[in-house]
Amino acid sequence: MIEFLKQVPSIRFMALRKYWYILSVAIVIASIAIVFMRGLNLTVDFTGGVVFEIAFGEPVDLERVRAALDEAGFGDYQVRNFGSSSELEVRLPPAETGAAVGQGDRLMSALRTLDPGAELRRTDTVGPQVSRQLGEQAALAVLMTLLLVLVYIALRFRWRFGVGSLVASMHDPIVATGAIALLGIPFDLNVVAALLTILGYSVNDTVVIFDRIRERFRSMRKASPEEVIDRAINETLGRTIIVAGCALSSVLFLAVLGGETLRGFAVALAIGIVIGTYSSVYVAGAIALELGASARDFMPPEKRGEVDELP
Amino acid sequence: MTRYPLWKGALLATLLLAGILVALPNFYGESPALQLSSRDRAAFDAASIAEFEALLAEAKIPHEEIFVDDDGRLWIRFGNDRQQLAGRDLIQSRLEGQYAIALTSASRAPEWLNSLGLEPMNLGLDLRGGMLLVYEVDIDGAVDQLLQRMERDFRKELRDARIPYEEVVVSGTTTQIRLRDPAQVAAARRVLLEYDPMITIVDGDAPGVLVASMTETQVKERQSFAIQQNITALENRVNALGVAETVVQRQGQNRIAVQVPGVQDASEVVRLLGKVATLEFRLVDPVNSPLDAERTGRAPLGTKLYKQRDGTPVLLKRDVIATGEQLIDASFAPSQGEPTVSVKLDSRGGDEMLRTTRENLNRPMAVVFIEKERELVERDGRKVIVDRDKEEVISVATIRGVFSNNFQITGLSAMEGTELAKLLRAGALAAPIAIVEQRVISATLGQDNIDDGTRALLIAAVAIYLFMIVYYKVFGVIACIVLTSNVVFIVAALSLFDAALTLPGMAGIILTVGTAVDANILIYERIREEIAVGASPMAAISAGFDKAFSAIADSNVTMLMAGAVLFLFGSGPVRGFAVTLCIGIVASMFTALIGSRALIHVVYGRRRRVERLAI
Repeated sequence: MIEFLKQVPSIRFMALRKYWYILSVAIVIASIAIVFMRGLNLTVDFTGGVVFEIAFGEPVDLERVRAALDEAGFGDYQVRNFGSSSELEVRLPPAETGAAVGQGDRLMSALRTLDPGAELRRTDTVGPQVSRQLGEQAALAVLMTLLLVLVYIALRFRWRFGVGSLVASMHDPIVATGAIALLGIPFDLNVVAALLTILGYSVNDTVVIFDRIRERFRSMRKASPEEVIDRAINETLGRTIIVAGCALSSVLFLAVLGGETLRGFAVALAIGIVIGTYSSVYVAGAIALELGASARDFMPPEKRGEVDELP
Repeated sequence: MTRYPLWKGALLATLLLAGILVALPNFYGESPALQLSSRDRAAFDAASIAEFEALLAEAKIPHEEIFVDDDGRLWIRFGNDRQQLAGRDLIQSRLEGQYAIALTSASRAPEWLNSLGLEPMNLGLDLRGGMLLVYEVDIDGAVDQLLQRMERDFRKELRDARIPYEEVVVSGTTTQIRLRDPAQVAAARRVLLEYDPMITIVDGDAPGVLVASMTETQVKERQSFAIQQNITALENRVNALGVAETVVQRQGQNRIAVQVPGVQDASEVVRLLGKVATLEFRLVDPVNSPLDAERTGRAPLGTKLYKQRDGTPVLLKRDVIATGEQLIDASFAPSQGEPTVSVKLDSRGGDEMLRTTRENLNRPMAVVFIEKERELVERDGRKVIVDRDKEEVISVATIRGVFSNNFQITGLSAMEGTELAKLLRAGALAAPIAIVEQRVISATLGQDNIDDGTRALLIAAVAIYLFMIVYYKVFGVIACIVLTSNVVFIVAALSLFDAALTLPGMAGIILTVGTAVDANILIYERIREEIAVGASPMAAISAGFDKAFSAIADSNVTMLMAGAVLFLFGSGPVRGFAVTLCIGIVASMFTALIGSRALIHVVYGRRRRVERLAI
């Protein structure tokens, strides 16, 4: 039998929770600071505007592309390589919406002076009214998910665990967003989908640990809440590592092989899986403990009514 | 030996077989094809198949298959793009104008699968290439249009009734009417209600002032009219593009999304869809013969030659009775059991109609549908914009009574009636629309996306399979079978529900493979724990499944909630991701809890004694 952990480890996660809090608060603050200082590399999905993806027959010099675009009278544009040195992404600010099509034709006739075989592979035009709405919907979706998760966990476990998982899972998209800002990954609709998936994944991971905590509170009557939570985390640690490894490897393959369009999405997911695993193991249980989680949470309710009737 | 109910096994096997069957058409791929529909809407039959076989054989253009679909359209499937285009050119030149020909692709799945009604899943535009256009309808503008017309008509109605007024002003959604003589309030009220019985009229703050307002329903009706009108107009033009599998659908409150797969020239499509349509009501010339006019190519003085939709010529008088700008509403409903199109015009159109019908009782009247097309033409070396009109007579009906702004067109079949009402609405004064989102993906990028996605899926799956087999041995093999059936179920569900697979959808499948192992791992780790504390193999399996259940259920439900939110709030490709993610989660719970248990039973359940498990 091959096992990562030959026997159940006995790491005292809870005893060291002060350090995890400091670490978590530090990376959350750092993430928020990065997002505010560097800003997100928002794509046209959220800013509005036009994006063109162009494939050339051979690697193309960005300076020559800029010269060609300047000559064709394009003013406010951004050019970058997209995936490889023979592919380009050109971005223009929001224009009169109907004019976007004409812009594509003009752009291609300018670029075909560099390479007659240049091919326009993709055009995305998003008007300001759409981009504003997409942004609002994305924010609303994140909030909705958090709320649903809180309610479900509070119902299935206890409110202490609901809050624990909420804090842990809020922590994850924030840190992932910080990492996305730091790495300059284009922030598009797919990345929002990735953030929501991270939320789902992190809660999923947390619930598995909570499930074991619930079970151990019932079986380890004598132990302190701290011991119970430590034991549950240690017992599920093998599973946590294997599952994170499998999920991580599948999104890394996606990042490497899945093409440029999905790269940002896959990298965001990879970051989220790492941070989600950390928060499930170190943060979620600790918060529940802090809020006074104990065996009583999972015992049948005491019959208080009779006591109250005594004089 | 553990007991495992036979019916459960049989049910599982049936489900899996059904899943494989439904997913099967996807593995045959697609070939380029032509889709033909006849202009007169007649269905194709076996004879037409033979006819086209002969036509293609004569021109030595190889093809794979010719068949007729349920809607009576004819499909010709080719081996490659070149043959497809050659086939199109041949049919176009030989049988000019008889058919609408669309370039498309058809599944290579064998006949018996098609006859079971099984089809491959749709591919999203990001995988097949194509164009998405989102139009926003200016619904407030549409209401304003109506208010302005109301103001104009009120003035006219009051003038005609000889009720002098100081002013008629629109503010917001109400119109204020100040009469010169307060004594005429009752008369004015009667006149206005006669014009439009739906509006509400209340007394204003001063004597002699009336405030007319549209009801909430009227405003809503006008808004949905504006959207429906634009949807119909866009549908007509999209169909005219000659591309198969186009989609025109309402999106949100005031947007219309148009999907055109596989089109290369984006500007051409935008131009064609941006056409403006209008209508003209004209009298039919009862004296001269339209056939003579068609033959000589010269229409008699004061008339103009038109064609009806079925191609027969008709001569119409030059004078226009009313135009689309005066049309307020057109709706189809059976009245007294007979299919009827009700038409409502504004006051000006109503007056003209009254005059015309009074003088032309029992003579035919026609409705002409006109589409203005802006075209960029080279003239003397310079590009000039030319407006070109496409005109078509959509209805010829006999005037059976004297009427003004409300009348009915009868004597139609239910289908003709629906079509006529649609075209009338499409030709009414158009509510302004603007493109707010436009995405174009080339077919080559679509194919690249499919290739990249498939490769990532295969390699990720192989890596995870290898790990599972090395780590869990026999149980790992079971997990691999379970994971594969999971992907089969996702593909089957997408095919069955006609949901489109998008690039993020493929990412969803890959992620599902990565996370669906979770349920299996939870169970296997539990079994290992049970063995570690000394449980017998069969008891360990049983306890493993039981104890892992609550963790699997709770964790998957939370993941499913995130997926559901994504589905509700996401749009386009992201929605595709949410769909595969949700199907994947449900399928993985089912396959891990029930499927893998059955497989474990197959491996271990029949043995008399199990010494140890290969886990």
